Amino acid sequence: MAMSFEYKVTGGDFTRAGYASSQVKKMLKQLGVDNTVIKRVVVCLYEAEVNIVAHAWDGVISVDLNTDSIFLKLTDNGPGIANIEQAMQKGYSTASPEVREMGFGAGMGLPNISANADRFVINSEPGKGTTLEITINLNSNAV
Amino acid sequence: MKNGFFHHALTIREDLCTGCSLCMRVCPTEAIRIRNGKACLIEDRCIDCGECFRKCPVHAIIIEQDDFSRVFDYSHRVALVPSVLHGQFRHEVSMADISAVLKSMGFTWVYEVEHGAEILKPAIDQMMNARNLPRPVISSYCPAIVRLIQVRFPALIKNLSTVKAPLDMAAFYCRKVLRDRGAHNAEIGVFYVTPCAAKIAAVKSPVGDESSPISGVINMDFIFNMINRTLRNKGELSHDDGHAYSVDPDTLLWSLTDGEASCINGSTLAIDGMNNVTEFLEKLENDEITGVDYLELRACDEGCAGGVLLSSNRFLVAERLRRKARNVKPGETTRKNGDMSDIEAYSDYLMRKVNITTDIKPRSMYRLSGDRDEAMRMMKRSRRLMCWLPGIDCGLCGAPSCQALAEDIVRHRGDISQCVFIRESNMEKELMDRERSASIMKQIWGENNFIKNCNKKGAENESN
Repeated sequence: MAMSFEYKVTGGDFTRAGYASSQVKKMLKQLGVDNTVIKRVVVCLYEAEVNIVAHAWDGVISVDLNTDSIFLKLTDNGPGIANIEQAMQKGYSTASPEVREMGFGAGMGLPNISANADRFVINSEPGKGTTLEITINLNSNAV
Repeated sequence: MKNGFFHHALTIREDLCTGCSLCMRVCPTEAIRIRNGKACLIEDRCIDCGECFRKCPVHAIIIEQDDFSRVFDYSHRVALVPSVLHGQFRHEVSMADISAVLKSMGFTWVYEVEHGAEILKPAIDQMMNARNLPRPVISSYCPAIVRLIQVRFPALIKNLSTVKAPLDMAAFYCRKVLRDRGAHNAEIGVFYVTPCAAKIAAVKSPVGDESSPISGVINMDFIFNMINRTLRNKGELSHDDGHAYSVDPDTLLWSLTDGEASCINGSTLAIDGMNNVTEFLEKLENDEITGVDYLELRACDEGCAGGVLLSSNRFLVAERLRRKARNVKPGETTRKNGDMSDIEAYSDYLMRKVNITTDIKPRSMYRLSGDRDEAMRMMKRSRRLMCWLPGIDCGLCGAPSCQALAEDIVRHRGDISQCVFIRESNMEKELMDRERSASIMKQIWGENNFIKNCNKKGAENESN
């Protein structure tokens, strides 16, 4: 049994970042998923959502929810990432000063997602966009 | 809907309730439904915040208190009084006057709750330094907030402070002092003059502890009226010199917004009001908040000065207390006379009792079923139902929102035909007759709302 839904994300609009995370969070609570697992899902989703808002023009979050796992796919139209290995390092950020001023862009986004996901795949094409695939097992606590 | 597990201080009086639904609309945990023209409480969701009590126009929601005569079951009768009681009176009325009235009512010792906070200050610092609690640590002072977190934000339970409330410390202290003077524990009655319903729930069914050192609660409005009447009849104030030393000016303001947070080292933040708190906790749960070490959250605007059992304006109460704190002279905070010993002298004893002893358990309002597959089916069904419900949250179905109705339906606590839009469109398609629709409306709202009544508020012969 599965459920699928999509959320649109608009680049640059930080005031609305976090909507998808809140919605997904409520559904996981309804399913009775363990709080520590919910936390990991929410961290991944929120960081990834903020990445789209901070760097891309627009994007789509698609969520596949099963009873034992959740699959998040975030596809954006944006500048892409030239050097993924570098972007995965803690503290590395290309965020603009304006974005940093709002408290974002500390360079923890991608490493944080990677640490909280059970499976994490990132693909990027410079000049076109980035796709993140995040899978989290809803039954275990192990990272 | 009955669940004997949680003690609630709030009760809905069916004989008075007009089913106006104002309470249903303000409840932060969607714990109220309208059935047969009366408000009904879903007990395992209620957090005793008292928002419904505040809103009820006909005083149909009451806050249960212990019978006052119970005070006389004990030979040592302690009244624990929070500072906001004093804050309700004009500044000529001293704490000694209040103490004198309480003693004339039968109490043998009147003690200010905020003394207990003097013990907590170092205890919280110690917890912040030593314990590996996730940041921010959330104050567990306000019982409505603790319960809100259990019900709506269970992921944040681990952030809750493990330190008890000033009330517990004050009660432990009073008991210990009296025992040291030869009293038996069973002879000591400790009664708390409560500013709200949540504190009653905390005393009657404590979270994080097996039992409470408090013997009973007296509602503050009752005491306020009693003091007011006595002072007015007396004309002259007593200036009871037997009253103990003043509370430390910092901790005196502990119950007000930022009163606690400003006493704690590190980066602190104070938020009051149920809506503000919920909005912030939503963000905190999403991990959107960084850089805060200690979070003081209060269900009521202006903290306990806005408690539902206070009779005076919350801003005036807060201002009077701030003025009182400014006017405490050095030396007044130390023991003046032989009334009772300083709480500081007992700090070693109290520090051993400062931490909660049992885990705080989640009681999520969201969980649809214990079985994941079943929960998934219910969630899917609820989303399908939402396709049909209008999404305007009119409340005519007797539930606070369309989504609440959808969830009630999948929990077998409601029916789609409760929705007036669904009924109207079914009647249009001749799938339902008008009589059936009217009868459903009456099942929700009761017969009375369909009968002319000139006594209601705003009507020709308005009466209360």
